[in-house]
Amino acid sequence: MNKNLPVAKTYKLFINGAFPRSESGYTLPIRNTEGQLLANISKASRKDLRDSVRAARSAQEPWASRTAYNRGQILYRIAEMMEARREEFIAVLESTGETNKEAVGQVEDAIERWVWYAGWADKIHHVLGTVNPVAGPYFNFTMPEPTGVVGVVAAEDPALLGLVSRLAPIIVSGNTAVVVVDAEAGLAAVTLAEVLATSDLPGGVVNLLTGDKHELLPWMLGHLDINSVDLTGAPKDIDQKVLEESAVNVKRTVWGDQADESPYVIADFLEMKTVWHPIGR
Amino acid sequence: MNTNEPFNLEYAPAPESTKIVNIAKSYDLFIGGKFVKAKSGKTFSTINPATEEHLSTIAEASTDDVNKAVKAARKGYENYWRDMPGKQRARYLYRIARQIQERSREFAVLETLDGGKPIKESRDFDLPQVAAHFFYNAGWADKLDYAFPNRKVSPHGVVGQIIPWNFPLLMAAWKIAPALATGNTVVLKPAETTPLTALLLAELIQDADLPPGVVNIVTGAGETGEALVNHPDINKLAFTGSTDVGKMIQKAAAARRLPLTLELGGKAAHVVFEDAAIDQAVEGVVNGIFFNQGHVCCAGSRLLVQESIAEDFIARLKRRVALLRVGDPLDKNTDVGAINSDAQLTRIQELVESGVAEGADIFQPDCKLPAKGFWFTPTLFTGVQQSHRIAREEIFGPVLSIQTFRTAEEAVEKANNTPYGLSAGIWTEKGSKILWMADRLQAGVVWANTYNQFDPSSPFGGYKESGFGREGGLQGLSPYVRNAVGGRS
Repeated sequence: MNKNLPVAKTYKLFINGAFPRSESGYTLPIRNTEGQLLANISKASRKDLRDSVRAARSAQEPWASRTAYNRGQILYRIAEMMEARREEFIAVLESTGETNKEAVGQVEDAIERWVWYAGWADKIHHVLGTVNPVAGPYFNFTMPEPTGVVGVVAAEDPALLGLVSRLAPIIVSGNTAVVVVDAEAGLAAVTLAEVLATSDLPGGVVNLLTGDKHELLPWMLGHLDINSVDLTGAPKDIDQKVLEESAVNVKRTVWGDQADESPYVIADFLEMKTVWHPIGR
Repeated sequence: MNTNEPFNLEYAPAPESTKIVNIAKSYDLFIGGKFVKAKSGKTFSTINPATEEHLSTIAEASTDDVNKAVKAARKGYENYWRDMPGKQRARYLYRIARQIQERSREFAVLETLDGGKPIKESRDFDLPQVAAHFFYNAGWADKLDYAFPNRKVSPHGVVGQIIPWNFPLLMAAWKIAPALATGNTVVLKPAETTPLTALLLAELIQDADLPPGVVNIVTGAGETGEALVNHPDINKLAFTGSTDVGKMIQKAAAARRLPLTLELGGKAAHVVFEDAAIDQAVEGVVNGIFFNQGHVCCAGSRLLVQESIAEDFIARLKRRVALLRVGDPLDKNTDVGAINSDAQLTRIQELVESGVAEGADIFQPDCKLPAKGFWFTPTLFTGVQQSHRIAREEIFGPVLSIQTFRTAEEAVEKANNTPYGLSAGIWTEKGSKILWMADRLQAGVVWANTYNQFDPSSPFGGYKESGFGREGGLQGLSPYVRNAVGGRS
């Protein structure tokens, strides 16, 4: 038994590289299976979402301007930092009801996802870009570029792997992300944010809001400065009217699969730019 | 000869004969391989916008008719197309491509009659591109395993496709060819002002013995399109047209999680630096905005010219614009044809009036316009502010808004200051600047030292509110298959 009373961690939001509480002042209690309080997790507001989008927008161009080599290294660094804190992740997952075997498997898979996508940073152009044989004296090529700011609704089951499986392919190409997570899955997500904060990932590249997805989603889908939304973890009972909001600025909406690990997931969050130039003397 | 005298550039008329086309009095819907009367019994008239003469009476498809077409497409999918080996699908597409080449002039004349575009464009641009799109995609039909490594892709099923009036047959080809190559069947709705070439294509498709129901064509206006968009048995939608309508379609598709591609409006910046090849740039800018009367979603409708050369460049531009030959689209020398419809002409006029009212300076050359038909004089605006409607809204007509910039950074900022992101142009002789600009311009297509180039192997489509998904090239196939690009819609 500890000599001192344990020091419990405060779980906060992750915005622009910092860990603020929600400006709203609201929290939601998270309890373990025995009913003990694990955390009063922050309940993000609409203003927190707006702040996150602003941070993500400011961070996007600098992040995309990093070399692919550098982005790959940072993703790999995230894997390293997760590995160093694997016991903590396992404990968090167990506290919210996973068996040890499930928790260990999930943490290992999540670390592997970061490593796998890290390697794609400087290879997606090979696989998804093209040089096009146009019928004329022109050099013509198509290259992928990040879509911009992506709103992410992460899958909650599995809480950690569901989030990492979507986040890694989204940010590897130079997108920035605003993630909303239901409070129940928030502990793993905030622990991941603490890893991100110490992995050389620039502030604002990933912003994470815990709270109520049903409440945050309409604001996310209707936000004019979000270019794309990943709805993989959207609630099944999501209102059709809410989905219609995505048309306000022609958002790319993606319904993915958290089990999918492929460059085609990266491609869902890319734009293809084609450049023409004449060939002559 | 006094060199200050303007050259006489009058050409003798050189009209293309219309004898090659045989327009029927009326056209029915093309469903299940046959022309069938619309259940609604409703019709509409299609006219020649250059003369306002009635050309033919067209069946208007109601919801019932669209149901019938989707049912036919479903049958075509299940009974023939889905399980047909790629090699066989390819054979059909090659056959269609060849027949288009063989009847190319007939299609070109019909396109010009129905839509008002100059014959030299329908003959030398639209039709060769139409045939090329079928040829290009034919070759993919039996090679899809190489297009999506490590994935087993499959078609969506029945695809609903809605196309605009600016390149009627070419847009049909952009839609139909990749959809068929990947194993889908289609229900296509052409625009109500330009249905004739799609209906002639339907006849050609009959001649090509394409199995019934693989391609269905339903003519009509907005209501027909709505019926198609909302049809519960459509597996994918593809739309080319305005951003406003595109957003309505996205709403309808979003609620049903229907896979969707949108190719929408644009307000492309055409950036000319002081170190550009000036005369080539003038030609490029003119081609960028006056090609097809400016009825081009990727038209270079905002000229950004570097301040140091602006005066000289604009003077050259005015001189060149004054030499454009506007008139009879069937005349082989015509540069700028008729505006596609009365409604579009009204929209152009309204936006041009707003430009004058908001304080921009208008330039229009002396230009004799025909008495009948829909016409608009090529127009330049200088002194344009970013806040002006003519700098922000898509005009879709022969109207160029001119602004200036000092630094490359300012050019990028102005170019990207729009919700659109379809295309952009760059003119400079400095290679590193081209690549620097191309990297920063938020546009799906960037033309450097050229403009308005297209090719079936080259992907086309927009960033931001200009839509999503690509048409053409390897990237143009993925919207038509399941399981390649995960779940984007």
